[in-house]
Amino acid sequence: MNNFTIRNTILFIALVLLQVLILNNINLFGYLNPFIYIVFVFFYPLRKEKTSFLFLSFLLGLSIDFFSNSGGINAAATLFIAYFRLPILIYVLRKSDFDYQLFNVRSMSLGKSITYIFILTFIHSLIIYSLEYFSLNDFFEIIKKSILSTVFTVTLLYIIIILFTKKR
Amino acid sequence: MQQIIKFLQKYRYFILFLLLEFIAIAFTIQSHSFHSSKFVNSANSITGGVYKKANLINQFFNLEIENERLLEENTRLKNLLSLKPIQLDSTYNTIIDTTLYFQRYNYLGAKIYTNSYSRRNNILMINKGLKDGIQPEMGVETSRGIIGVTKSVSRNYSTVISILNEYSKINVKSLNNDHYGTLTWDGKDYKTAQLQDLPRQARIKIGDTIITGGKSTIFPEGKLVGTIKDFEIKNNTFKTINITLFNDMSSLSNVNVIKNLHKKEIQQLESTNDE
Repeated sequence: MNNFTIRNTILFIALVLLQVLILNNINLFGYLNPFIYIVFVFFYPLRKEKTSFLFLSFLLGLSIDFFSNSGGINAAATLFIAYFRLPILIYVLRKSDFDYQLFNVRSMSLGKSITYIFILTFIHSLIIYSLEYFSLNDFFEIIKKSILSTVFTVTLLYIIIILFTKKR
Repeated sequence: MQQIIKFLQKYRYFILFLLLEFIAIAFTIQSHSFHSSKFVNSANSITGGVYKKANLINQFFNLEIENERLLEENTRLKNLLSLKPIQLDSTYNTIIDTTLYFQRYNYLGAKIYTNSYSRRNNILMINKGLKDGIQPEMGVETSRGIIGVTKSVSRNYSTVISILNEYSKINVKSLNNDHYGTLTWDGKDYKTAQLQDLPRQARIKIGDTIITGGKSTIFPEGKLVGTIKDFEIKNNTFKTINITLFNDMSSLSNVNVIKNLHKKEIQQLESTNDE
């Protein structure tokens, strides 16, 4: 348990710093930044207590907001995907009871894990851009940016997942 | 009673989710209004300290551009000085008029720590704060043109609402005539801003220089903004006027903050008018 707490604290801080110091300055094509910090949501174990998971996701988003002066945009989006992680996983895997103990993103088949990560990342980007623009006049701009940023984020996320996790 | 407790237990995660989501949305809405003071901003000692460390590395990459800009500014200032050698000579200036020396603006150097020009609402952070005499609603510029207006100020740091922000509305005018308009940004391209509310009798053409109007206490008159890129006329009124900004908003590092020494006096005068 203790080992788990320390590891997650380090991961939390590392993700915040990585996001605000490096990834927020990428600006691909002048406006695209990947949201890699949500990898925290994908990798937090399913069996753990849900209250602390929701709180941590909220805090992670809020820390990013503090650094990037964006109100509560990232907090709202990260909390949302944290809450809907399980229902979407159940929908993608099409089974309601699976082994919570051993579950890991790498243990899914490639197609299913991409669908799962893609759906969550798209919801996250959509919430971020909708709250940032905050007006219906920019509807197409919001959709365009959400799709592009999702593709960018998922590509980078997959490279990271393949490089840094063990296959089970 | 038991029913309620059962209900709460069954839906406790959902209630927690709703509560936190509500807080996040409240912060977001607060950040969308200019006048309410903001809780979530990077002008605090933790985020400021992290950015300060990161800036120690980042500033080296900008050295060349900054040197070029400084040289440009020096040349411009030297040319300005060379325009009036006669007035500096005491033979022509026997009467000392103290009003000539009365200072109205004071400039403060600052360094930009963060710049997020890719976002819809761009906010910058600078390394000067209350202890350097910075207050909310002071103008920020480089030698190439205006950057924005300060918003939240802490002891050591402050945030700046850039002109690339939905809520930035700056009074500007054309250099050639005295018709005033408002500078806004539509969120598409960081090199182009929009000029709105220009009266229809104003005569403009592509390439006209746009400068600040000086109708507010924030910017002095005549600060550079940009040139007119293109415009569209519909029903005899200007629909959109695009302005190419002089500043490259994607690479900023050293800026000046403009302190208006008459601000208090003007505000006092305006408040007596309201009574």
